[in-house]
Amino acid sequence: MTLPPPVQDWFAAQGWQPHPHQIALAGTDCDTLLIAPTGGGKTLAGFLRSLCDLQQPFAGLHTLYVSPLKALTHDIARNLARPVAGLGLDIRIEDRTGDTTATTRARQRVDPPHILLTTPESLALMLSYPEAPRIFGTLRRVVIDEIHALAESKRGDQLMLGLSRLRSLAPALTVTGLSATVENPPALAAFMGGAQIMHADPGPAPDIAMLPVTAPPPWSGAGGHYAARDVMRAIEGARMTLVFINTRAQAELFYQALWDVNDTNLPIGLHHSSLSRDVRTRAEAAMAAGQLRAMVCTGSLDLGIDWGDVDLVLQVGAPKNVKRLVQRIGRANHQYNTPSRARIVPTNRFEVLECVAALQAVAQGKLDGDPRPAGGLDVLCQHILLMACAGPFCSDTLFQEITRAGPYAHVTRAEFDACVEFCATGGYALRAYDRWQRLVLRGGLWQLRDPRAARDIRMNIGTITAPETLKVRRKGRGGMPLGEVDEGFAASLTPGDTFLIGGQTVRYDTLRDMVVEVTPQPARQPKIAVFGGFKMSTSTLLSDRVLALIGDPAQWGALPTATAQWLRLQAEISQLPQPGTLTCETYSRGGRAYFCLYGFAGYNAHQTLGLLLTRRMEAAGLGPLGFVATDYAVLIWSLDAVTDPAPLLDPNGLRDGLDDWLAENAVMKRSFRAVATIAGLIQRNLPGKRKTGKQATFSSDILYDTLRKYDPDHLLLRITRDQAAHGLVDFGRIEQMLRDRPRIVHTTCARVTPLAAPLMLEAGRVPIRGLGHERLLDEEAARMLADAGLA
Amino acid sequence: MNGYDFSFAGAQFTARPTGALWWPAQNALIVADLHLGKSARMARRGGGLLPPFEAQDTLHRLAQDVGATGAAQTILLGDTFDDDDAAGDVTVGPHWQRLQDMTQLVSISGNHDPAHGAPDVTLAGIALRHQAAPHCGPDISGHFHPKFKLAGRGYAAFLVGRDHLILPAFGTYTGGLDAHSPVLTGLVGPGLAILTGRVARAVPYGAVRPAARGNA
Repeated sequence: MTLPPPVQDWFAAQGWQPHPHQIALAGTDCDTLLIAPTGGGKTLAGFLRSLCDLQQPFAGLHTLYVSPLKALTHDIARNLARPVAGLGLDIRIEDRTGDTTATTRARQRVDPPHILLTTPESLALMLSYPEAPRIFGTLRRVVIDEIHALAESKRGDQLMLGLSRLRSLAPALTVTGLSATVENPPALAAFMGGAQIMHADPGPAPDIAMLPVTAPPPWSGAGGHYAARDVMRAIEGARMTLVFINTRAQAELFYQALWDVNDTNLPIGLHHSSLSRDVRTRAEAAMAAGQLRAMVCTGSLDLGIDWGDVDLVLQVGAPKNVKRLVQRIGRANHQYNTPSRARIVPTNRFEVLECVAALQAVAQGKLDGDPRPAGGLDVLCQHILLMACAGPFCSDTLFQEITRAGPYAHVTRAEFDACVEFCATGGYALRAYDRWQRLVLRGGLWQLRDPRAARDIRMNIGTITAPETLKVRRKGRGGMPLGEVDEGFAASLTPGDTFLIGGQTVRYDTLRDMVVEVTPQPARQPKIAVFGGFKMSTSTLLSDRVLALIGDPAQWGALPTATAQWLRLQAEISQLPQPGTLTCETYSRGGRAYFCLYGFAGYNAHQTLGLLLTRRMEAAGLGPLGFVATDYAVLIWSLDAVTDPAPLLDPNGLRDGLDDWLAENAVMKRSFRAVATIAGLIQRNLPGKRKTGKQATFSSDILYDTLRKYDPDHLLLRITRDQAAHGLVDFGRIEQMLRDRPRIVHTTCARVTPLAAPLMLEAGRVPIRGLGHERLLDEEAARMLADAGLA
Repeated sequence: MNGYDFSFAGAQFTARPTGALWWPAQNALIVADLHLGKSARMARRGGGLLPPFEAQDTLHRLAQDVGATGAAQTILLGDTFDDDDAAGDVTVGPHWQRLQDMTQLVSISGNHDPAHGAPDVTLAGIALRHQAAPHCGPDISGHFHPKFKLAGRGYAAFLVGRDHLILPAFGTYTGGLDAHSPVLTGLVGPGLAILTGRVARAVPYGAVRPAARGNA
């Protein structure tokens, strides 16, 4: 295709030459998956056809752009303004996200813009309105940005269901997916419901290495403080640096550590999802205006917000998977034909191993990724309820429609009918709700019994079930909002505790109306720094590479001296995990016995292994209290020590009772909560609703227990078990591990071993409520009675 | 039985680990806040259709307590039904009927079921009512669903003060209010909290604040 002359002229005026993939994409009416590195002009490629079409007058919505982040929609609106002005187009471009005001939303429903920029959740909401056919009937193009990121979660399921509805409402639709480099493009195209695959020129190979550091990384810890000066030097030497850190808490700590050594007062910003929106928006604006030299950020900046001038990406902490590392590297240098520059800073010696392994994988062009599971039925339930909000539907037609969504291509009619049944009656063995069904069948069409229920259903939209969070505010009238912390963290605070948020140390004062009130405490070291953050798991590919590296001293030449020393020390004090052996250690600390097993079988398998081993320890009377799993190992603590691991690891009968034990566990209850929320059984805790009668709300654990007792085959329990089997359980890898590594090497050590030290600090501990916990309760109660002089 | 024996207002009681209170001298079992029919009430209002087994589960557990104690009378301290409409549905069911055959049910009305039962009953000089009446003790009541946190987890709990004895919620679909919330500490004053669970455990309440300890 040749671009229309005005568009060609515009390119010429910018001094640009359109990329071949931009021209090809503008010329096609086929659904397309474009794979292009960041900086490849991806966004313009996605919109070029729309800009060409909109040279002619057009009534109604022409192009819908969907991105995973609200911030991206703002960014795109800004970037489109230039070509739109340059081409003299008389069109409206608006965004529609959770931040859009009610009046604007209402107007958009009556009079949609030509180009609408939105998120999967806002799209789902718009599709649930009766006006949806009119709004979307004129639609010609859908552009899905960062589709690789959406495909990683249930948000992708929801978006593809929404897309199947859009395809029905606007049959002339062409869909374009924009993706960063992925390991399996055909799978992503299938996720879109089928698409041709187009590759942009990948550009030059990235320049990536470990950041040279003056001091060796510590044995444990995840802060990266030891390298603050080295990072500062790198920032000084670059124009604009993005510093990626894996969790919010680590980002806070590292930000503070950087400022401590920022002798020349370079402007450095902080960005993560626990900060209040105001704070984040200000940071983004400062960065866009070129006022910052560096931004410390988490995954909140992971996606392609176009920061133009970034010429260095620093990854502090192990990248967890190679694909993410490659995508982050892509953030540096949006000049298409100069290599991206990235440096990795491991935060402890374990991570050095992972970083070295990741660099080797990048050099070999090896990306990792596990096959995507089929679409979640919980998301389908939510979609069915939302379709009912839009208007009466025929189940045959809806079934046809949803099977055109890639993740639901193989859903059976029976599964679909079970979802409709759940939405209508709850789907219980005991038919209790015949009079109060949520959906009723009238004249062959399903519809809401009570149309007023639509409001509640819409309030519950979305598939992100992050932990409940509480706002943090400065004490005093009209105190400034500082950000949010997880509810569990807030519950652990005692007045006087200090913690970090927004780069400052604050003191916890009170909890008032579900707001955490704090007072700034400058120059105080925070007592507590951990307030959650997303747990990322390391890919199988990386875990395997790390084990190979540890087990082969001949390869240690590739490691920094300190890391090699650390491994040698481990070999001296205890044992090195070796291929073919299963290495475990016992030691005690703080009155608890610890058992550490180096399984290298991946996070999920270790999580399951933690449940299985604690079950056997419970039966053996060792009083297990909890465990924590990582990608490399599982660490269990108990009242009494494991002296012989062989019976614990005996493959015979390991699986017996697995289902029962799993079913009673906190991990499963957590999964059930997410499933039940997404499927619409329970309402999300909404701000404002929280204040009213706390004794009226009860935990989803109770629902889970009740269902298990009275209706064990209920749809939601089946979904929970299925999702656990794919994600949480991974029993196959445990069996493989026991088969491949039959020789058990067990060492008893006097104290924490070098390899186990990092595990002691892992987040995501799973408590075991067994007899050990009962013993603890007795001790604690006795102590309190004694303290009170009552015993 | 893993109950905890204590005295209140001159009478001897056993706090059962299930959340039921046993008063041997009166041959009476006392429970609070069953909230029967909660799932049905949410369904009527167009909300999520919760597993409709909670009345069955609550009444089954209550029948076990009645069976274990042989209580001649069982006093329900209000909010027995999640609303008055629910009472109609539940009381015709087999689980309620079976309970009625085992023990004499004495209903006290609560804020959720104001039409169901007397506002209060007095036994041996102790008033039994739904919500504790400040300065009108001694009384035994429910309403607040107290929960007490120990070793990192919350447990439904009895709160025993000088004038007021507050029961945990017995119903399956009930949440809880932190026993340290000012409304409860102010009302009950120093005394004991008795936690439900596998066994009933007593800890001091109100006078000393539990020291912050790390999670197990």
